Amino acid sequence: MLDQTDGYVTADGRQIGPVVMEMRNITLRFGGVEAIKDISFDIREGEIRAIIGPNGAGKSSMLNVISGFYVPQEGQVYYKGAPRPPMKPFEVARQGIARTFQNIALFEGMSVLDNVMTGRLTHMKTGMLAQALWKGKAEDEETANREVAEKIIDFLEIQAIRKTPVSRLPYGLKKRVELARALAAEPSLLLLDEPMAGMNVEEKEDMSRFILDVNDEFGTTIALIEHDMGVVMDLSDRVVVMDYGKKIGDGTPDEVRSNQDVIDAYLGVSHD
Amino acid sequence: MPEQLFFAMEVILNGLMAGVLYALVALGFVLIFKASGIFNFAQGVMALFAAMTFVGIQNGQVPFSHLINAIFGTHIHYFGWEVHSVVAIVLTVVVMIGLAWAVQRFIFRHLVGQEPIILFMATIGLAYLLEGVADLMWGSEIKKLDVCLSEGTCLPQGMNLAFDEFSAALFNQPFGMFIDNLDITATIIAILLVAALVVFSQYTKQGRAMRAVADDHQAALSVGVSLNYIWILVWSVAGFVALVAGIMWGAKSGVQFSLSLIALKALPVLMLGGFTSIPGAIVGGLIIGVGEKLFEFAIGPMVGGATENWFAYVLALVFLVFRPQGLFGEKIIERV
Repeated sequence: MLDQTDGYVTADGRQIGPVVMEMRNITLRFGGVEAIKDISFDIREGEIRAIIGPNGAGKSSMLNVISGFYVPQEGQVYYKGAPRPPMKPFEVARQGIARTFQNIALFEGMSVLDNVMTGRLTHMKTGMLAQALWKGKAEDEETANREVAEKIIDFLEIQAIRKTPVSRLPYGLKKRVELARALAAEPSLLLLDEPMAGMNVEEKEDMSRFILDVNDEFGTTIALIEHDMGVVMDLSDRVVVMDYGKKIGDGTPDEVRSNQDVIDAYLGVSHD
Repeated sequence: MPEQLFFAMEVILNGLMAGVLYALVALGFVLIFKASGIFNFAQGVMALFAAMTFVGIQNGQVPFSHLINAIFGTHIHYFGWEVHSVVAIVLTVVVMIGLAWAVQRFIFRHLVGQEPIILFMATIGLAYLLEGVADLMWGSEIKKLDVCLSEGTCLPQGMNLAFDEFSAALFNQPFGMFIDNLDITATIIAILLVAALVVFSQYTKQGRAMRAVADDHQAALSVGVSLNYIWILVWSVAGFVALVAGIMWGAKSGVQFSLSLIALKALPVLMLGGFTSIPGAIVGGLIIGVGEKLFEFAIGPMVGGATENWFAYVLALVFLVFRPQGLFGEKIIERV
């Protein structure tokens, strides 16, 4: 087991901190199907951690376990050094884990700004009546939350569409708004479910830049899922590779790239 | 000629005030439908239940007295005290919140993700269950609902008189129109209620969370919103709206079981206004209220009267043909 206090320095000189999230011997079953088989790995503070694998490898299931949408039958999740009891997704969110979805889950009827503001819900503490009457502390809090939201909107370069209803936006921008909403929660761990899926090359480059910038500027710990190997290798500090629900590789992009099991999984060598 | 004009104006005003009451019931439907996709057939019965509970508490009636007497052979009916209206309203609100919790805990929590038709059927079941519980709890006789039991209990002494004079000066004397004080009160309260709902949904954390849940469940969960809590909240708010509607209708025509039928009048209102729009419910209610009164006044005598019974439904049918999403509803776009 890894020491909670040690860290490492990345190739580009960033200091990576202690373990934030640790998955220990996680097994997840749907009826008789084992989607995840006895997988362990950890995510460290400040790093960009990728989970990759071919379609159906169990990547999304793993992300859903972290974010509380699925409860594993076996194994234990450790968050900030303590074992985490089984939790509902909204409780996980309140603990500082924000996420995006593969198929985009935005509030289509609201404007971009309103969507980003919902990301601040976990930071709103004043009572209902005070908010309704818009007095004192509630007003200060609203202003502070608004400032955070605006800062993130500026950062992700979506100022021009602040007031636009989300339903009118093209796919690529929706993905960016979803990232903005997740960031607005100022999460200790940000989970991105296929942030580049369905994008063209230019949009992919933009999104990669934003992910790197977010990590750099806010020091946000990021765990992301992708099945496009190329993009991931450039982005991430460490990579977990999954295939058929099992972990077949774990390490820096270079280590993973030269791993024979990983090469086989991606080239489609038959399993016997 | 001016006599007839004034009479028409009186008809319109009366229609507007009836419309306000329709709108109140429709509002309860819209709230729940928007937030959880459930078409709550029991909204009308909730209004009845709320009104009965209010009157029961106010008069110090012993709940389930028939049941208790039948089992223990006793003859208790009343506690022998009268509860102040304000206290009775607060207690009824508590009961409605309890009902919201029970409905969510025992019915809809088990039906999450089911087809809309199954949820709808569950609300029909709820309607009949609630009607039975209301009967068992408070008895089935028609009760008089008076918010001001005796002089001075809700308005300070003299206020009632001043109010009478005010409405007389405004409508009765200059135009020879008769407007019921109750209608004016109902309108003012309805306006306040709608304003409060708008403030709640736009400016509070809970309101924002409610709009989030109405839009996308998964996304709401991912920003830390508990669906269960929001649904209980929505049913409580709908229960509160039902209480207001129930008190108004009850004050107008007595608390009786036919009160639950006003839910049927809310259906055409919803078809007109759209199932997902709060302003739609209000405008729809007013159009139906004024429409049926004017129609009865102008066309009624020619067709033998009693047009109020069917006018709203025919109007709704016409709307369904030409604008199925209602005046303010979300556009229905079919993509091929």
